[in-house]
Amino acid sequence: MKTGSTLKDSGKLTHSSKIKVKPLTKQAIAIRLTLTALFVITVYGFTVFDYGDTNFMSGLKETFANFKTMFFEASFSRLTITEAIYQVLITLGLAFLTTVFGAVIALFLGLFAAQNLSNKVVSNTIKAFVAFIRAVPTVLWVLIFSVAAGLGSVAAVIGMTFHSIGYLIKAYSESFEELDEGVIEALKGCGANWWQIVFQTVIPSSMTYLISWTFMRFEINFSVAVAMGAAAGAGGIGFDLFMASGFYFDLREIGMITYFILVLAIIFEFVSTRMKANLRETH
Amino acid sequence: MQADIFVKRRRSFSLFFLLLIVLTYLSMFITDFQLVKGLASVAKAVEWGVTNFFPDAKAMEKLPDILSKLQETVLISVASTTSAAIFATFFAICGSKTTKVNGLLSAISRGIATVSRNIPVAAWALILLFSFGQSSITGFFALFSASFGFLTRAFIETIDEVSNSSVEALRATGAQFFPIIFQSVIPSSLPQMISWVLFEIETNIRSATLVGILTGTGIGFSFDLYYKSSNYSAASLVVMTIVLTVFVIEYLSNLIRRVIL
Repeated sequence: MKTGSTLKDSGKLTHSSKIKVKPLTKQAIAIRLTLTALFVITVYGFTVFDYGDTNFMSGLKETFANFKTMFFEASFSRLTITEAIYQVLITLGLAFLTTVFGAVIALFLGLFAAQNLSNKVVSNTIKAFVAFIRAVPTVLWVLIFSVAAGLGSVAAVIGMTFHSIGYLIKAYSESFEELDEGVIEALKGCGANWWQIVFQTVIPSSMTYLISWTFMRFEINFSVAVAMGAAAGAGGIGFDLFMASGFYFDLREIGMITYFILVLAIIFEFVSTRMKANLRETH
Repeated sequence: MQADIFVKRRRSFSLFFLLLIVLTYLSMFITDFQLVKGLASVAKAVEWGVTNFFPDAKAMEKLPDILSKLQETVLISVASTTSAAIFATFFAICGSKTTKVNGLLSAISRGIATVSRNIPVAAWALILLFSFGQSSITGFFALFSASFGFLTRAFIETIDEVSNSSVEALRATGAQFFPIIFQSVIPSSLPQMISWVLFEIETNIRSATLVGILTGTGIGFSFDLYYKSSNYSAASLVVMTIVLTVFVIEYLSNLIRRVIL
């Protein structure tokens, strides 16, 4: 009898002492569902793609052949080097103008969008407006303004500025909202008015963030300016790329133009990375 | 001393501001941008938009076509991002300081990522147009290339940030390379990686419009078609569908992020 009861007890203990090594949490479920959904959509996408007249493998072979021609036999034919440099300057000019205008406008709207500096109604209104602006692709903004201004630099700068404003307002207002609440309270306690609070504490404290965000947007705007040249007739190096590809079918010139764009983009990325590194150090 | 500091600060700020103004005017000159014309065209565009740029009954008839193109665009965006993420994971593991196999492989993978990331999507689209012509594949590969570069870099930073100490601990116990990857690096980095993938899908929905205009596919092609035939009602309908799609995907992304992070 004793032996029997002892065995039963030890059995229960053994059974109840199992520990689950990998509990199924809400997070794990969400991760698996997300990955599964992405995989299913991808496979479905591949099955329904409109392949047109293209054969996949022959396209790939041709792609690598084209890459070889572009990157190892790059040369100018229609453009000269000075002309190419001038076009690059135009693209840089478009990007710079967009960034400057965007930053100035976004700075003021960003102040009103930050919840600790403005009331809730104004803040939410601006944020909703910004969400809409950011949802419309930049190229569509440029094309829409082209109807009124005609294709060219004016429509490009205005269209790109819209999107830059949306991006920078979000970035700036979040920088302002990170500010220590006590600083603002202290100044209010001294009787400072709104403008004094803004220019004596908010902007100086956020200056590093503002500059970094603005430069990052400049980097983005360079890529966008290339794209606007190609898609919306805005001029610059992107337009030459479009012509070389769509009208002259000149792979070598495309290669050379791509090198120009690539060099500039890498320089921007390097500077941008340095700025981010500085941010991390100071923070 | 303090007075000197303030004077210096004010002077350097003034110089910076002056430089900014000079560069602005230089940019205006070189791009032939006219500020007055710009401001006038904003007003004109708003006026035009209010009177012409909205869907009417005739435009609604084109909704099925637009939705079909929209689906194509969304599928391309998701497929290209997911595919790019798979490749980016391999390259990130090679390129990361924490998990790199050796210096040479690390440099190569980082280099490839840098090149593919820094060539703009527009350039990728125009380049690939030669070999794949006007088809979804062109758009797919254009977005794939840009996404691959971006995600590789994001994943490298994620791995370095999240996995460093646990990898060190496992190495100390004598664990081999692949056990380290599958038991430590991937599980701990996965939430952040998924977040980056969702972010890149949002970006690609927007970029896909541009790619569509350049390659004659997807929703961008629809807009280009209606726009160039002056069918602004249908064009505005396209814009609205894009906006709604971006909102929905952004909402879903935020929902998922809130759970997994």
